[in-house]
Amino acid sequence: MAILLIAEHNNQSLKSETHKVVQAASAIGGDITVLVAGLNCAAAANEAATIIGVSKVLLADNAAYEHQLAENIAGLVAELGANFSHILAPATTTGKNFLPRVAAMLDVAQISDVIAIESSDTFVRPIYAGNAIATVKSTDAIKVLTVRPAAFRAAQTGNSATVETVAAVHDAGVSKYISAELTKSERPELTAARVVISGGRGMQNGENFALLNGIADKLGAAIGASRAAVDAGFVPNDMQVGQTGKIVAPDLYIAVGISGAIQHLAGMKDSKVIVAINKDAEAPIFQIADYGLVADLFTVLPELEQLL
Amino acid sequence: MKILVPVKRVIDYNVKVRVKADQTGVDLANVKMALNPFCEIAIEEAVRLKEAGKASEVVVISIGTTAVQEQLRTALALGADRAIHIETELSLDSLQVAKLLAKLVGEEQPDLVILGKQAIDSDNNQTGQMLAALTGMGQGTFASKVQINDGKVQVTREIDGGLQTVELTLPAVVSTDLRLNEPRYASLPNIMKAKKKPLEVKAADSFGVNLQSNVTVVKVAAPAVRQGGIKVESVAELVDKLKHEAKVI
Ligand SMILES: Cc1cc2nc3c(=O)[nH]c(=O)nc-3n(C[C@H](O)[C@H](O)[C@H](O)COP(=O)(O)OP(=O)(O)OC[C@H]3O[C@@H](n4cnc5c(N)ncnc54)[C@H](O)[C@@H]3O)c2cc1C
Ligand SMILES: Nc1ncnc2c1ncn2[C@@H]1O[C@H](COP(=O)(O)O)[C@@H](O)[C@H]1O
Repeated sequence: MAILLIAEHNNQSLKSETHKVVQAASAIGGDITVLVAGLNCAAAANEAATIIGVSKVLLADNAAYEHQLAENIAGLVAELGANFSHILAPATTTGKNFLPRVAAMLDVAQISDVIAIESSDTFVRPIYAGNAIATVKSTDAIKVLTVRPAAFRAAQTGNSATVETVAAVHDAGVSKYISAELTKSERPELTAARVVISGGRGMQNGENFALLNGIADKLGAAIGASRAAVDAGFVPNDMQVGQTGKIVAPDLYIAVGISGAIQHLAGMKDSKVIVAINKDAEAPIFQIADYGLVADLFTVLPELEQLL
Repeated sequence: MKILVPVKRVIDYNVKVRVKADQTGVDLANVKMALNPFCEIAIEEAVRLKEAGKASEVVVISIGTTAVQEQLRTALALGADRAIHIETELSLDSLQVAKLLAKLVGEEQPDLVILGKQAIDSDNNQTGQMLAALTGMGQGTFASKVQINDGKVQVTREIDGGLQTVELTLPAVVSTDLRLNEPRYASLPNIMKAKKKPLEVKAADSFGVNLQSNVTVVKVAAPAVRQGGIKVESVAELVDKLKHEAKVI
C-alpha cells in the first residue's frame, strides 16, 4: 500500500490537521508520502519531514500553487496520485475543495469526512449531520478520502524523512486568485484548541462577544459561534461550529446562549466535556451537556471570568 | 446567459433521522422530504441573476425517482424557467451524479452551473467539484458572494480562515454556502404557474454513463448516545466541578 497525503499549510508552516491525517494514514498502513504544494513553502515541507510515520515528502513549489486553487492543485495531485493506493487530505475547506476534483479526474469515488479506519478498504463516516454513522467499503483502485481531523490524534514529530522536489507544474488557466480576508486572532485555532467557548443568538450582538474574551484568555480557549450568531453578523463565518461549519472535539466545550440544534451538535458533540449556559431550562443543549447552568448569560459570564 | 441548477430531494432538515433496526440505512418511510437547503440557495441566486438581467434562462435538474418532480415543481415556483428530471431508481453516489450532470452540461451548454455545496443527507460535498473536473470548468465552492462581469465570475468563498475571492472564466461551477442569500418563499400564484412550466423526463440509463459506484455501505449505525449530565446551581459550583470532577481546567 502506498499513501499520498496532501499537507495543509500556509506556505510558511504546516497546519496541525496534517499531523492528524498522518495518524489516520498510519492506521491504513503502508508508506506515507506527503505532498506540500505551494509557493516558497520549503519550510513547511521540512516540517512535514519531521512527522513520525512519513517516509517521503514531495515539494511542489510554484506560483500556480500559492493559493491552493483547486483547478491547479487537483491537476498535480491527480498526476502524482495515479501511482498510489490511497490519497488523503484533511476535511478542511481546502481539502474539500480540491480532493473531489482529484477523485473525478481519476474516475473514482471520494469518501468524505472519514472518522475511523476499519481496514485499508473500509472506512467510517458520519451522514445526516452525524445522526447516523456509515461504514463503507470501496473497491476502487485508488481510495480517495478526506479525513476529519477532530477524529484523530496528531502524529508525533521527531522524524527526518527525505524531501524531494517535484517539477510538475499544473496551471489549468481557468481560475485566478483575487484576494483574501483572513481573520486575525491571537487565540488558538478552533479546530486545534483544547478548550472552546462558543456564543449563539443569545449573545444578542457582536459587542457582547467581548464577554467571552476574558474567559477565553484565562482558559487558553478558542472562540466559536452558532450559525445564528454568524448569520446575524455578530461574528465572522470562520467561527461557525456545526454540520456545515467547523467540527471540533476539545476537552472542554462551553456553549453560551446556544439552543442546541442538531446542526450545531453535529460540530461539537464529540467534545470530552460539554458545558451549557442557557436561560431556558428546556433548551435541547442540556440533553447532551455534562454540566448545565440555567441562568442569564449576562450575569454568568462576568462571574465565571472572575472565578477562573 | 443560461444557468443550470442541479437540485436534490432530501429529508427535511428539521426531521430527526432514525437508523433502521437492521442497520441498512436510515428510515425514510413517511418522513417529510424537501429541497436540500443549499439547493434552495442555488435556485435563489440563479433567479436573482435573471431578475438582475444577467441571466436569460434558469434550468433546474434533479436526478432520482419520480418523487423528485415535487422538488422540481417547487424550483419552478421559485422562478426557474424549465426543469429536467433524470429518472432512476438507483440511489447514486456523487461521482455518478456528476457524470450525468456533465452529459447534460454538454447538451445544454450553460454559462454557469450553481449547485449546493453539500447535500444534507450524504453530507458528501463533492458533486460540484466533480462536475467541474469532468467538464474542465473552474470552480467557486462555498460561495457567499457571486458577481458576473464580462465573461467572468468573481466568487467570494467561505474558507476556514475567513474569506477568499477567486475569478473564474465562464462557463464555471459555483457551489453555495448558507450566507449567499436568503431564499424566498413560493407564492400561491407562482405555485399555480409552475404547474404549466415545462418539465422534461429523461431516463438515466440513456446517457451511456456507468451508474454503479464502487463504494458499498456495509452498515449504518446510530451514533453513540451522549448521556446528559447534571444541572449545577451556580457559577461557583460549575467551576468546582470542572476543576475537581471533570479535571478539564
Ligand atoms: C442546512 C443547514 C445547515 C446548518 N448548519 C449549522 C451549523 O453548521 N452550525 C450551527 O450552529 N447551526 C447550523 N444551522 C442552523 C441551526 O439549525 C440553528 O438555527 C442554529 O444552530 C441556532 O443557533 P442558536 O442556538 O445560536 O440560536 P437559537 O436557536 O435562537 O438559540 C438561542 C438560545 O439562546 C438562549 N438565550 C437567549 N438569551 C439568553 C440569555 N440572556 N442568557 C442565556 N441564554 C439565552 C435561548 O434560550 C436559546 O436557547 C444550519 C441550518 C441549516 C438549515
Ligand atoms: N440526485 C441529484 N440530483 C440533482 N442534483 C444533485 C443530486 N445530488 C447532488 N446534487 C447537487 O450536488 C450538490 C452537492 O451534493 P453532494 O456533493 O452529494 O453533497 C447538491 O446540493 C445538489 O445541488
